[in-house]
Amino acid sequence: MNDPERVVGPAVVQTRALRKVYGELVAVHGLDLEIARGEVFGLLGPNGSGKTTTIRMLCGLVVPTSGSANVAGLDVATNTEGVRRRIGYMSQRYGLYDELTVAENLRFYSSVYGLVGHDRERRLAAHVESLGLGSRLKQRAGTLSGGWKQRLALACATAHHPDLVFLDEPTAGVDPAARRTFWETIYQLAREGTTILVTTHYMDEAERCQRLAFLSRGHLIGLGTPAEIVKQFNANTIEDVFVMLQQRDEADEAVLSVARPS
Amino acid sequence: MSALYERVQRWTVWPMLWKEFLQLRRDRLTFAMMTLLPAMQLLLFGYAVQTDVRRLPTVVVDESRSSESRALIRVLANTDNFTFVAALPDRASAKRWIERGAARVALVIPPEYQRNIRSGNTGVAQMLIDAADPQSSGAAISGAQLAAQARGAQLLASQYKIRPPVEIRVRPWYNPAQKSATFIVPGIVGILLTITMTLIASAAIVKERERGTLEQLIVTPIGRTSLMLGKLVPFVLVGYVQMTVVLALGVIFFDIPIMGSLVLLYALALVFIVASLGVGLLISTVARSQVQAMQLGYFFMLPNILLSGYIFPRAAMPEPAQWIGAALPLTWFLDILRGVLLKGVGMRDLWTQLGVLSALSFVLLVVSVRRFSKTLD
Repeated sequence: MNDPERVVGPAVVQTRALRKVYGELVAVHGLDLEIARGEVFGLLGPNGSGKTTTIRMLCGLVVPTSGSANVAGLDVATNTEGVRRRIGYMSQRYGLYDELTVAENLRFYSSVYGLVGHDRERRLAAHVESLGLGSRLKQRAGTLSGGWKQRLALACATAHHPDLVFLDEPTAGVDPAARRTFWETIYQLAREGTTILVTTHYMDEAERCQRLAFLSRGHLIGLGTPAEIVKQFNANTIEDVFVMLQQRDEADEAVLSVARPS
Repeated sequence: MSALYERVQRWTVWPMLWKEFLQLRRDRLTFAMMTLLPAMQLLLFGYAVQTDVRRLPTVVVDESRSSESRALIRVLANTDNFTFVAALPDRASAKRWIERGAARVALVIPPEYQRNIRSGNTGVAQMLIDAADPQSSGAAISGAQLAAQARGAQLLASQYKIRPPVEIRVRPWYNPAQKSATFIVPGIVGILLTITMTLIASAAIVKERERGTLEQLIVTPIGRTSLMLGKLVPFVLVGYVQMTVVLALGVIFFDIPIMGSLVLLYALALVFIVASLGVGLLISTVARSQVQAMQLGYFFMLPNILLSGYIFPRAAMPEPAQWIGAALPLTWFLDILRGVLLKGVGMRDLWTQLGVLSALSFVLLVVSVRRFSKTLD
């Protein structure tokens, strides 16, 4: 229980020295990470810490400079399309088609994942039911409020029952009530065996994760349950840890810019 | 067999096509712009782009004031190349009219004109032409020569009973009235198709990139080919609608003849539409924003207008310009359009055009699909 590297069950995500460099900037230094099946795993860190780049490398959206990543039992580099069939991805921008209705967006994304005919309709009906989208089916996605858009985006990312769902800052700009229902859905998915990897800025959300990884300027600097993280950094809350790290980053940045006259 | 059916059924091109057609149907404004704007442009350009010069404003300085001089003026007026706007007393005032642009041509008939003709010498009249614009001066020169020949033949016949020993009878086929609209309007059909097809296809993928839906599409198992085909096919339909509207207007307003088979024209138009869309898709894989795509699209327009033979005959161009022209889909489609519409040419004479356009389409599509990478790097 005290070992922060402990993994419950077989790993769904496994990275070895995963690294991404953009020109001069090292976005992610060699990252070693293991996430178990059914975990709700949080990726935390200030802006520019490498969260989004990490998620994008795991989805095959960004090609790593070096290192390897295994997702849902497949190598992302050699079997990208296989990985894509087994994951769901919800980006910060939701990726919905505004001029299509809720039902049409769902139908499109589920069909792209190879769901057809009665099978698709049956699964979608159940999905709509469990996410409470029934009342909005005929509404254009462009006219939905932030909370409903978020719910639809999640529905689109999970209609094909992926092994693993990536959520990149899913609740940015969404009201607290919608955030609460959103998290209830997340736990529901996790109970059904779906692994969740979520990045967030909100500390209350971080505390809802079963395990956290703290990223700071591309380095993994903390890993464990929220309680372990708090203990590791000698702080009272996750938020304190976050603020502390951010201040340290900024101080380092200041030292670096002095040491490196331009 | 059922495995094959399964694969076809689960091919990601179907949802992509379904989505694209749905978006096209919802986006009425774009659809209207894609068909109505070209229609308006056709009417505008069809009337404006006329290279045949008629009725040049002409002043006359008739110092002869005789029946012969009046006969000459009548013959010139009959050529329809000149409109007589004023009779002036002397050359100096004729020069001033030309200088301020009120007249393009001045006809000067000297006092001895009639006397010379009657005494068996040559009656010489002079024509001053504002030759700054070679096209209109060409019309004046040919009009003057034609009139002189005609009047000369009349005089020989009436005074000396002599007939001209040689005559060439010119029969202008396919466009007997020599109207430039007949030549240019089919070209406008081609150029409008090129412009809209290239522009809408170039915006297609960039639009998804800008709205954030491309990122979402890329993480799905959708294939690159499905993505490109899904974008392409609905636009082919748009292309056909547009072509039909523009052709109909051409027939109604500019009397464009349809000598050949419309079925053949529409069948051959497919490869051209696909090639034009291919250029747009290629632009789409390069451009990062819709503005960039638009600029690249316009950059592609210029050689199409100048080098395809749409207005300026390719035969008159230096060889390198002809080679560039040969790489443009429009160049080959113009052959098809003019061939089928004006000459009634059949498939027998259009294999080259079909071959080149098919090759261009194929290369453009393959390169576009290859260039499109399913990553965000």
